Amino acid sequence: MAKIIVVTSGKGGVGKTTTSASFATGLALRGHKTVVIDFDVGLRNLDLIMGCERRVVYDFVNVINNEATLNQALIKDKRVESLYVLPASQTRDKDALHKEGVERVLEELKQSFDYIICDSPAGIERGAMMAMYFADEALVVTNPEVSSVRDSDRILGILASKSRRAEQAEEPVREHLVLTRYSPERVEKGDMLSVDDVMEILAIPLLGVIPESSAVLQSSNSGVPVVLDEQADAGIAYADLVARFLGEERSHRFLSVERKGFFKRLFGN
Amino acid sequence: MGFFDYFRSSRHKDNTAAVAKERLQIIVAHERGANRRHSPDYLPALKRELLEVVRRYVQVEQDQIKVHLDRDGDFEVLELNILLPDDESARVTVTTPSAPKPAR
Repeated sequence: MAKIIVVTSGKGGVGKTTTSASFATGLALRGHKTVVIDFDVGLRNLDLIMGCERRVVYDFVNVINNEATLNQALIKDKRVESLYVLPASQTRDKDALHKEGVERVLEELKQSFDYIICDSPAGIERGAMMAMYFADEALVVTNPEVSSVRDSDRILGILASKSRRAEQAEEPVREHLVLTRYSPERVEKGDMLSVDDVMEILAIPLLGVIPESSAVLQSSNSGVPVVLDEQADAGIAYADLVARFLGEERSHRFLSVERKGFFKRLFGN
Repeated sequence: MGFFDYFRSSRHKDNTAAVAKERLQIIVAHERGANRRHSPDYLPALKRELLEVVRRYVQVEQDQIKVHLDRDGDFEVLELNILLPDDESARVTVTTPSAPKPAR
C-alpha cells in the first residue's frame, strides 16, 4: 500500500525541500519506488535541488488540468533507479491546485509507487494545505530557533484538525520531527535550543537531527541531494533518518557526546 | 525600574537558549489553548443554539453574541456575551404558550 508523506514546517527556509529531496532519494536508494512532488506552485525549486531543472516539460498543474499525462510529467532521476520527480508549475494562478485534482493525481500515483513525498511550500495557504491534506505521515522540519518551533506547533495543530484523516475521524497523521541546521557547539554554549528542548515543546517523536553543514549548500549548488554525499555529515544523517523511517534502529549521531548518551538511553531500547 | 530589571535578569547572555525555551513553552501553550487539540468542538453548536434561544425573546444579530472559552490554571471559564439592542421594538412577542409573558 502506497504511503503519502508530507514534508512540512510552516516557516520558510528551514530545509523542507532539502529534506524532501534527500528523503525521497534515500527511500529510492533502499529500493522503494518513490516519487517526490513539488507543491510550491509559482515558486518551484525542488527541480533545482534534484538537478533536473532542464528536463521539466510538463508539471503537476498540467496533469491536474489534463493537459498532460502523469507519464509525460514525471521526470525519472538519472542517478537513482525507481526515483521520480513531479515538478510544480510556475503559474501564478492561486487556484491551480484543488482537492479533486490533487486527489486524482495522488490516487493514480498510488497505483505504481511505494512512497509519495509531498514537498510543501512555506505558510498555511492553499499549496501547503493541499500538500498536507491527503498525508498518512508527516515530516515536520524544524530549526532549533523560536519562530520555527512555534510555526511547527501551528502546523501540528492543522495536521490534527484539517487533514483528511482528521476530517474523516481516521487514525491521525503520524508525525515525525526532523531537526535541521543543528549545531551541538552552540547548544553547549547555551546559544541554541537543544534537541530535547524542542522535543519537550513539540512533543512528537524524533526521526532525525541534521547538523548544520556546508555540504548542504554545496549539494544544492550542484543539484545533487545531500544524501548521495556519503562523506558528508548531513548526508550520513539523512541516510540514518531514512533507515529509521524504514524501521531500523540507528542511534542519533552529530549530537554532543553527552547528549548522544542521553538519547541512547531514551530511544536506544 | 522593576519592568526593565525583569528583562535584564532573564536575558543572561550566556544562556539565551533557556530564555527561548521558556518563551516558547508559554506562547505554544497559549496558542494550543486557543485553537488546537484541546479546543472543544461543541463551541460553534453551543453558540448557535444559545442564539436561537435568545432570539425567541429578543432580536439580536449573529455577530452580537460572543462565546469565549478561557483557561485559567486548573479551571476553564466559559464567557458568554450578548449585546442586546436598546430599542424596545426589537423585543419579540412570545407566542409559545408555555413561555412567560415578556416583561414590561
